[in-house]
This record gives sequence, structure tokens and C-alpha cells, in this order.
Amino acid sequence: MAETGTGARRARWAPRPAATRPALEVSRRGMLLGGLIGSAGALLPRLARADAAAAATASPGAPYPAAGAHASGGAMDHGGMITVGNVDSARNGFDPHDLLADFTTGAISTLAGGRRLRQFEVVAEDKEIEVAPGVFFPAWTFNGRVPGPTLRVSEGDRVRIRFVNHGSHPHSIHFHGIHSARMDGVPGAGLVEPGGEFVYEFDAFPFGCHLYHCHAVPLKRHIHKGLYGAFIVDPDPARHPEHAEAARSRLLGAPENARWQELVMVMNAFDTNFDEENEVYAVNTVAHAYARRPIPLDRQRPVRVYLVNVTEFDPINSFHLHANFFDYYDHGTTLTPTLRTVDTVMQCQAQRGILEFSFKDHEPGLYMFHAHQSEFVELGWMSFFEVRP
Amino acid sequence: MIRAAGLAALPLVALVAVIGLMATLNPLATVSVTAPPIETLTVERTVLDEGGISLLVRASGSEPLAIAQVQVDGAFWRFAQEPPGPLARLATAWIRIPYPWVGGERHKLVMISRTGATFEHAIAVAVASPKWSLAQMRAYTWIGFVVGFVPVSLGMLFYPLLQRLSRRGFEFTLALTVGLLLFLLIDTLAEGLELAGGAAPEFQGAALVWLVAGLTFLTLMAIGRRGGHAPEGIALATYIALGVGLHNLGEGLAVGAAFAAGEAALGAFLVVGFVLHNLTEGVGIVAPLTEDRPHLYVFPALAALAGLPAIAGAWAGSVAYAPHLAALFLGVGAGAILQVVVEVGSYLARRAARTGASWLSASTVTGTFAGVAVMYATAFLVKF
Repeated sequence: MAETGTGARRARWAPRPAATRPALEVSRRGMLLGGLIGSAGALLPRLARADAAAAATASPGAPYPAAGAHASGGAMDHGGMITVGNVDSARNGFDPHDLLADFTTGAISTLAGGRRLRQFEVVAEDKEIEVAPGVFFPAWTFNGRVPGPTLRVSEGDRVRIRFVNHGSHPHSIHFHGIHSARMDGVPGAGLVEPGGEFVYEFDAFPFGCHLYHCHAVPLKRHIHKGLYGAFIVDPDPARHPEHAEAARSRLLGAPENARWQELVMVMNAFDTNFDEENEVYAVNTVAHAYARRPIPLDRQRPVRVYLVNVTEFDPINSFHLHANFFDYYDHGTTLTPTLRTVDTVMQCQAQRGILEFSFKDHEPGLYMFHAHQSEFVELGWMSFFEVRP
Repeated sequence: MIRAAGLAALPLVALVAVIGLMATLNPLATVSVTAPPIETLTVERTVLDEGGISLLVRASGSEPLAIAQVQVDGAFWRFAQEPPGPLARLATAWIRIPYPWVGGERHKLVMISRTGATFEHAIAVAVASPKWSLAQMRAYTWIGFVVGFVPVSLGMLFYPLLQRLSRRGFEFTLALTVGLLLFLLIDTLAEGLELAGGAAPEFQGAALVWLVAGLTFLTLMAIGRRGGHAPEGIALATYIALGVGLHNLGEGLAVGAAFAAGEAALGAFLVVGFVLHNLTEGVGIVAPLTEDRPHLYVFPALAALAGLPAIAGAWAGSVAYAPHLAALFLGVGAGAILQVVVEVGSYLARRAARTGASWLSASTVTGTFAGVAVMYATAFLVKF
């Protein structure tokens, strides 16, 4: 268990001067921290007390007869509202933590005339994946993972994707971007039968935070089974002299980009019993993955989230950041924010955008983020940033 | 003898050979190769207390069933399974969920198996489950008393009146008994089949009810007529009391369970309803005795036989029970009632034959009709 291994490290910052803050905040922090520490709790008797206090204040007057049910479980389990157990990332073949900043930039070469060519290979295959502890889903995947690889290119690059279908059904890759009809990845243009292959080729426009997904029919089934991924086109600073600084900060490999903590978050969900309603919600597939093991953030460095919504069956999904605000670039196709100083943004399916924020002036600790549809929160889409000094 | 044993072994050896052949050739491999396992989960008991919600579940299906996650009201919730691990076919386990349930409100639970299949269970109205205490026992004893013993005893008070009736009046009363028993037969079967629907599929609940009813009927007929003649007088009254008693056991079970689940409250209306509804049962039990002069102790004994099982039913119902066992009991009850329907009917026919009249007379037809009608009409007061 990861919690055990990191217990000592957390112990260093966990017992902050709780007594100097207002009582209510102490309780809430205590509850969150106490739970997070889980098995390392024994090392922190002080926190355990705070946790007990939190449990006591949580039910003033206990309006229902089952008051005892509240106090159980400690706090890591978020008051009991959490999945039970752990997902075996090794068996899945991917770890949601690794997916956050795993950019596939392709094999780079130079075309006659000096243009850059990026070549990718994507393989569709059937694979059973664990989407919540102990719950297995017969997924269809790109490159054996859900979401598929995050393809990252630069504006104006020539992009060539060799797509091989090792799955049991016809599949395609439909890119959200500018391309010709022949490259659209729909039935009649780039649909690949099992065992076949196709090469999609286009110029990377416009810059932004995009996505790709299978466009075979039935569409709902092909999407919710797992055939989707993020497609990021970094802006070319030379094409945007008026916002060159902003463009450079977005350009992977540029020195201005290196200080950013970039995270890819694909909001998805799984209908495990195929009744056209989702049983499990998550960011990057595994329910509560970032609640059990928060995403570490260096508070000195700014944060950029590439947020993509592929949730099937529900009309919208959303992202809410606790205790902070962010600037939002809808579709990522502008270099100035389309929304400024918001803490919640909603997206319909296939809508996406870039969030930029900073914890520079915050005290270290755990900062929650989640969909602000409580239903999704309670079914797995709840996460934490662990802001470190 | 040895020859007979050899002949008996022949089909058994052939059976083993066929099983061996199936296992080695596996001729069905092509049909079942990709089929996901069939999974069924039956919730047999629900307990709500200060620790949260506990469910007793029984698994059935083609492979052991692993409960991976539990959702309460659309939220993943921490839970513990006792004993842990995948549930083999027909195995049971307690699922304990520390959930702060809300009294008087509805809760929906979903259990998700390893394969992503979901099993839903609704708690219609959340109320704390009764605990096995003296006060609780007293309360449910009172419920059983009101449902069974009191009305049956009151009905027996019609005995002196029945003794003064003419021959036609007597026949009318016996036919009334047949009518009320027919109602109880249908009611018991319906109740049994409903409970059977909540049992794990392996128990084949509906078949269980019908078969047990049929076998009970045969057994009681054989016992009743073991002397070569059909039961009359006290013997017939005792069989009626037994049949009514088994019905009241089922009724007590249903009422006890309804009270425990917070679906009913024993108001004055319901008390009056049960007294009126089950009063007729008392009349029916003493009807065959009108031409005898039984000892006085016979009456409380018959009332106890017919009425007290309701108390046992109410206890069992309050603590909850396995639906397949309840279905079994009600099947027995239906069989016992059918036996007395037949015996009272044949008694009426014999009496008619003795006087040379037809068993089908104005008094028997109107009596049967009245019995069914009174039971159906008074049931309006107690069905919920």
C-alpha cells in the first residue's frame, strides 16, 4: 500500500499548528488528514485526536438513530463514502498517476521543405481493466490503456498516425482538429475492420487541448468502452507574436514550459452493467485513484490542467477546485483566458479546455477537486492535490 | 440379491461413463466459450441499527460471486463482508455498511460484482430493526394474540347459537366453513408464492409451495382416514383448527415482518379488522361439533391450536426469516387447508346422502358464497 510507504513523509508536515486556527477548520482538516494517513495513523496520536473531535462535531444532535454509523472508519475513507480496496495498476498495465503527465510526442523527422513530421502508432485492442477496486470492465482500448495515449504535437506539424485494429470490432480514430474528409475517421473514411490498419495524416491545427475517439457505430458503445484520449496541439510562438510569452509557456520543450506542472485529466465513466447509466465515475479511469493517493504539487510552480470530458450517458461533467480559483481557456484555442477567476467549469461531452492556477500563496495541505455533480463525486470522481512547500 | 445389485449398478456405471465422456470431449465448448458467468444475489434479511445497514445475502450462479463494491443511495460506501471472499453457489454472507441511514426515508443499495453486474435492494422505509428483547417479545406476542387467538376464541362463542340451528342452518354453517377455508387456501397460496418470489432461484420457490401443499394434503388425508373412515366431530374440528393455525402462522409472519419493517402500525382499526376477519375462523372450527357434546376443555384447546401459531409467526416475522423457509411453511398451510376443505365437503355430502338429498342445496351454495364473501369483505380491513 502506497499510504504506508509515504506515511513518514507526510508526518513531517501533517501536525501543523492546528490549535491556532478556528475550531471548525481544525476539525475538517483533521478529518481529511487523519483519514489520508490511514495505516500510518498510529504515528500521529495528535491527529487521531483531531479526527475524533471531527467525528464528534460532525453529528451535532444526531438527528437520525444511526449516529454510531458516523464515527466509524476514521477519515481516509472520507466518512465512509469511498470505494473499498485498491486497484492493481500492474495488472491494468497503467497507473492513473503516471497517465497525468505521460505525453506521447511521436517519432520526429523533417520533411522536404523543413517541416516537422510526427509519426505515431496506435493499436486498438480488447482488454479487461479494473475501474474500481475489484470491479472489472471489458474495455476496448487504444494502446492497452484508458484513456488512450496523450498525443502531443506542435501547431503546424505534419501528423501521421498508423492505426492498427487488433480488436474484435471495427474501430477508427476520429480527431477533433482540422483535416480532410478522407481523414475524418468515421464509417466510410478511415474505419478499420479487425485485423486491418489505416494511416491518418493531417496538419496540426488549431493549437489547443483536443481529443480523439473511435467513431464506429454504435457510437455510445464504442466511446464508453474506452476508445478515447487527449490530443494536445501546442501553440507555435512564432505564429503568435502578440502572445509569444504565453505560447512559449504552453510549448513542450521550451524553457518557459519547464516550470509548469502539467496534468492531463480525462473525465470518464463506466457503465459496468450496460444499462446506459454509469456505475463508476473517475478522472483517468480509476475511481478515487487521486483520493487514495493525492496528486503531489510543488506550490512554487504554476499548474496547468488539460481537462477533457468524454463521459457518456450524462449530458455534462464538471471540475471544481477547492480553496482556489483558476483561469480557463475553452478548447485551449486561445492564448488569453476565455473565463477568468472561476472555481468551477462545466463541459459537455467532447468539450475540453485548459485550466491554469497556482497554490503559491497557499499553506501546504490537501486541496480537494471534484465534479460538482454530487452524484459523480459519490460514485468516484473525487480527488485531492497534495500541495507541498 | 447379488443379481439385483448388479442390475442396479448398470445405469449408475453408465451415468459415470457419460459424465466422464462429457468432461473429456467437452462438446459444449463452442456454445459457452465467451459467456460471462450468470450471477444472482438474493437479499434474505435487512437489519438497520446504530451501526448502519446490514444485509444477509445469498449468492447463486454459475461461478462464485465476488462483491467488489457497494453503493448506498448512489454513493460508493465502505463495507465489510462476513465471511469475506467470493461467495460460492448458495453461500450466504453479511454485508455490513456503516451508513447513516435516515429514519422514515427510503434507501437504495446497489452491490457491484467483480464483473460489473449490479444487484439492487430497496429499503422502502428505514426503521430500526427490532432487537430480541423481552419488551419486543411482549409486543409481538400481543400482535400474534390479536391476529390469531382472540378472534378465533370470539368466533367460538357462536357455538351455543349453532346448536340451536335447524338442519338447514347446520348445513349452511358447514358450507360457510368451506367458503372461508377456500378463501384461506387462495390467500395462503398467494402469500406463499409471493414470498417464494423473494427466495434464491435454486430453491424453486413457486414449485416448492405447490409441491409441499400437495404432499401435505396427501399426508393429512391419509392420516385423517387411517381408520378407514373420514374424520367427523372433534377429529374434523381439530383438522380445521390445524389448517387455520398454519394459515395464521403465515399471517403472523406477514404482519410481524410488516411491523418490523415499519410498513404497518397496530392501530385500533387494524385490531378491529383482524377480529372481524378471523372471527369467522372460530365459527368454522366449532361448526362440526354442534351435534356432539364435547368437554369444555376442547374449546380452548382448539382455539390455541388455531390461534397461537400467529404468535410464533409474529416473532419469526419480526426478527426476519429466510423467504424460502416461509414459503415452505405456507405450502404446508395450504395443503392442510385443502385437506379440511375436502373433509368438510365430503362430510356435507355424506349427510345429504343419508337423507337422500343432494349435497348441492340452497343452504350449501349460499353458505359457501357467504363464507367467501365475508372473508373477502373483512380482508379489506387488514390488507395493506
